[in-house]
Amino acid sequence: MAKEKKEAIFAPTGLKNSNNGKIDKSVDLPDVTKKKHDDLGLSDEDVVKMFELMYLQRRFEERAMQMYQKGKFGGFLHLYIGQEAVSTGTVFALNDDDDIITAYRDHGWGLVRGVTAKEGMAELYGKVTGCSKGKGGSMHFAKAENHFWGGYGIVGGHIPIGGGIAFANKYKENDRVTACFLGDGAVDQGSLHETLNMSQLWKLPCIYVVENNGYSMGTAASRHTVGEIHERAKGYGMKSAVFNGMDAFTVYENMKEISDDVRKEGLPYFVEVRTYRYRGHSMSDPGTYRTKEELQEYQKIDPIERMKSYLLDEKIIKQDKIDEIQDGIEDEVLEAIDFAEESDFPDDDALYEDMFTGTPYIHDKQ
Amino acid sequence: MAELQFREAIREAIDEEMSQDENIFIMGEEVAEYDGAYKVTEGLLDKYGLKRVIDTPISELGFAGIGVGAAMNGLRPIVEFMTWNFAVLAADQILNHASKVKYMLGGQVSVPIVFRGPNASAGQLGATHSVAYDSMYAQFPGLAVIYPSEPDDAKGLLKSAIRNDDPVIFMESEQMYGLKGEVSEEDDYTIEIGKAKVKREGDDVTVVATGKMYHIAKQAANQLAKDDVEVELIDPRTIKPFDIETVIKSVKKTNRCVIVDEAHPFGGMASEAGFLIQREAFDYLDAPVQRVTLPDVSAPFSKKLFDLWLPDAKQVIDAVNAVTYRN
Repeated sequence: MAKEKKEAIFAPTGLKNSNNGKIDKSVDLPDVTKKKHDDLGLSDEDVVKMFELMYLQRRFEERAMQMYQKGKFGGFLHLYIGQEAVSTGTVFALNDDDDIITAYRDHGWGLVRGVTAKEGMAELYGKVTGCSKGKGGSMHFAKAENHFWGGYGIVGGHIPIGGGIAFANKYKENDRVTACFLGDGAVDQGSLHETLNMSQLWKLPCIYVVENNGYSMGTAASRHTVGEIHERAKGYGMKSAVFNGMDAFTVYENMKEISDDVRKEGLPYFVEVRTYRYRGHSMSDPGTYRTKEELQEYQKIDPIERMKSYLLDEKIIKQDKIDEIQDGIEDEVLEAIDFAEESDFPDDDALYEDMFTGTPYIHDKQ
Repeated sequence: MAELQFREAIREAIDEEMSQDENIFIMGEEVAEYDGAYKVTEGLLDKYGLKRVIDTPISELGFAGIGVGAAMNGLRPIVEFMTWNFAVLAADQILNHASKVKYMLGGQVSVPIVFRGPNASAGQLGATHSVAYDSMYAQFPGLAVIYPSEPDDAKGLLKSAIRNDDPVIFMESEQMYGLKGEVSEEDDYTIEIGKAKVKREGDDVTVVATGKMYHIAKQAANQLAKDDVEVELIDPRTIKPFDIETVIKSVKKTNRCVIVDEAHPFGGMASEAGFLIQREAFDYLDAPVQRVTLPDVSAPFSKKLFDLWLPDAKQVIDAVNAVTYRN
């Protein structure tokens, strides 16, 4: 009897083609660290500051989203909400002159590296007072003087650039470490693999960190990439780690250890941080590729709520102080909106500025 | 005639061709379960199944190349890029492989593949999401480049592109997907690749524009008609092969020409058409050919600068005024 032939299928199926009804979480979260903040070398003030930074990122983006929905500005808006522990734990672990570069989900990264709420909001509005003078918008926050090299809009495009920043640091023997963040979607780009190979070969002091939020736009990680992401490092003989990105302490602990190692050994590291984005890929995302239940599972372990509980449970600060911080940040964000609205658009001449450092070679300028 | 959105016209073309030829499949980022980033492929997964409507990882170089290999080996892939701005990563496969394989293997194999997706800017999306690549691809031998402006052209030309035995670059616009237009209901409606269409007749000036710029030129033509300047509006529809004959015929009548091109100025469709016009119709010209293009700078985000950057109807009117010596 002839064997029944199955239809050839290529891409794995997702939610639309499964009806088992169970919550199949897009990423498995490793355990969080059991250490208290003082065991990790963080002071009470540090912990309060971590909370402030995370809350600032959250409220900045929630307000930005409202302004976007009101039509105050255009373009894309990719929100980082849910992932704030990653940026926050990282900046505490790195030295202030260590370098950070990321992709287009970059607002949080800007805010933890010195882009003020005003400069950030003004950038979203396309105003000249924005961190990139209104030239870049949501995807291109940057603060080069603080070693935040910006957000980049082509998936995987910035990964070799992170390697190049690390190359220059090694060349100059300045002991700086680079942390290059990318999404799980970017793992599938050739640029990552070319860069990992060269980084190990050339011993570049760079940490490549995949912020695995479970989805490459609307495609679950299991549908766009094979195996465990962090295990890609094995093929390059590179050290690797995987940890929970929903807890700032866990991110801090791991990133501290890893950055110390990279600085000491002068070799790269490949890291997978498992996290979750609460909002769509961008504002036009209907979100049909995941269940509400899954989203709720992650919102139960919200990094900001976790930090708030920690502050209270450890009696670092009381509820009234938390309220005061939150109110202060709320004011800061609202002031940023006023600032953005009142700021000027760039002058017309700005269209031709910033294309070149030296002589502007502009063809057939009319 | 049926009124269809641009995206529906494209979908109909894909659907009709897929229903006639099992070797045709479509792949790209979010084309299947998400129903397409811009809903062009909506419903195709349900109709044709997982084998023929395939979600890819964000691996433009990889899936473009897998498309080329599959085409060489007997299939007829339609490869969707979420935007041609991302296809830059796949340029090696398109430029070094798809366009050259047949020639360098002495004609032994063909590469019947369509690469398609939205081209050029779509509002304030910043420097890396706003480039018009049609002229760039047209610079390379071995490729046809299509950039239609209306649903009817899109349907007829895409069907021809899918049937073509060589690689075709097919460009759309995020901002035109919702645009409605009458589309022929003729059975098996195809439009020959490489034929321009005179979309508005006029005696005073020839304006050449395709894709999104066609609509800017049309606005300008309507405005100019109020001042009794009658524009002959030609939509080349395909950048390559470029139907210079239709343009020359018109220029010989109007003696003046403006080309509107969404690319940056250096070496684009405008400069190529401008060159051919002066060579073929030098004695007929009453004014130098003018062009309206993007300036030679990247796309700014800020709305004010973006509006300044993108060609608009006023610039087209100014150029028409220049060639008709009305200012």
